[in-house]
Amino acid sequence: MTGVAIVGIGMHPFGRFEDKTVTEMGVEAVRAALGDAGDPEFQAAFCGTAYSGVAAGHKVLGALGRTGTPIVDVEAGCASGGAALMLAAGAIRAGQYDCALVFGIEKMPKGIIRSSFFEPWREEAGLAATPAYFALRAQRLMRESGVTKDLLAQVVVKNRRQGVHNPDAMFRAEVTADEVLASRLVCEPLHLWMLCSPNEGAAAVVLRAAPARDGGGPGVTLAAATLRSHLPGSALHEGTPLSGLADDADIPAPTTLAATAAYEEAGLGPADLDVVECQDTDAARELLSYEELGLCPQGESGEWIAEGVTALGGRLPVNPSGGLLSKGEPLGASALGQVVELTRQLRGGAGPRQVDGARTALGHTVGRGANASVVLLQR
Amino acid sequence: MPGVRPVHEGLFTPEHLIGGRCDACRRHHFPAATTCPYCGSTAVTEVALSDTGTLWAWTAVTAPPPGYRGEVPFGFGVVELPEGLRVITRLGESDLSRLSFGQAMKLDIAPLHEEDDGTAVVTYSFVPSECA
Repeated sequence: MTGVAIVGIGMHPFGRFEDKTVTEMGVEAVRAALGDAGDPEFQAAFCGTAYSGVAAGHKVLGALGRTGTPIVDVEAGCASGGAALMLAAGAIRAGQYDCALVFGIEKMPKGIIRSSFFEPWREEAGLAATPAYFALRAQRLMRESGVTKDLLAQVVVKNRRQGVHNPDAMFRAEVTADEVLASRLVCEPLHLWMLCSPNEGAAAVVLRAAPARDGGGPGVTLAAATLRSHLPGSALHEGTPLSGLADDADIPAPTTLAATAAYEEAGLGPADLDVVECQDTDAARELLSYEELGLCPQGESGEWIAEGVTALGGRLPVNPSGGLLSKGEPLGASALGQVVELTRQLRGGAGPRQVDGARTALGHTVGRGANASVVLLQR
Repeated sequence: MPGVRPVHEGLFTPEHLIGGRCDACRRHHFPAATTCPYCGSTAVTEVALSDTGTLWAWTAVTAPPPGYRGEVPFGFGVVELPEGLRVITRLGESDLSRLSFGQAMKLDIAPLHEEDDGTAVVTYSFVPSECA
């Protein structure tokens, strides 16, 4: 079967850019990725975005004079970029295209994300309180996994420390646990600095057909790209239902579904990973991701952060880019931002945040829908 | 005379939440639907859900979420009903020191806000049983 190689990457930094349109940010990221790949002819383009409106990908490629191919705009919430990547990789594997461009763009409104996902009555009833759902999940994680508020703060301390070295991040100053716990309480147990900021940015990758399992070369291979939705039943999963079942212990999370499929597709497991970029919408979400991705056993994520397992220099560094807590979250761009970071890591070009000798990497996003995506990369 | 308007039709009566019970898989759901959200069967019956339950998770919302016109802070959480359902709900208590895991809760149809013509908009919420 045909393999898929990542032959080009490009980023527009994540942050706030008042004088730029989402199209302009996309143009910069796409131009950089195509340049990195040696300016190939691509036969299709896939654009992940949630808030950019009609034909947003077409506007980016129109501005670059590169239209004419199929351009597919993909919305899958926080996993939009992962969904775009999955479609492109699948088409290449099937022999439909030799080269495909995948990019994600976003310019988010400020503050709590307003989502058309919620019916007007749910907004009127105060049930569109996105951070409150995160807080309920955090409270349950604290109860079930021995996580404390101080450990939640430690996730922020770790990611912000790592983000200092990422020029594409929005926040590049270290913070202390005391400062995190002194920031405004949004929804107990979550304080403002434990929540990522919705923001703006773009990321792009160029994919090419490659011989399967082309190990040993300098190139980076896309070993798996999966997308899964939720199974019904859990009250707090990202499908954001109005109710769930009390007996939900056997219902796998959408992240677990996506991860299981990705490990199977690639013939890899959590023990093979050298570096991970995971969804840290809030500090508890990062810890929950450790468990749902199978990085650590259920209930042990608190120990992992306490023991520094996932810090740079630890056994399995998570979010060397600084994560969304440092970068901010432009929905459509965030999954591909992870792929750009992980490709840099596998190429050995991540500078002071390099994970030494990284050969196998996992990227993970999850959000409303539910939509969960998992990407596995290898060199 | 100003009236009272439920925030949404079909969610609740003054006495109980309106849910559904699936005749095929035997599970309950809320809100009531014509198809069971768990097994896809259309053999569902509308039922009155219990007006009491236990507290499973909670927080307080401190800033008005999008589209909300009521007061903050307000309590927000999950109440487990005897039917085996966990319901996402507004809570009538936002002082978190008064809430605890497994606490007995009771349904309360509570005011959300008032419209310009004086109509009171009400929603379902749960309050600690000792206050009800």
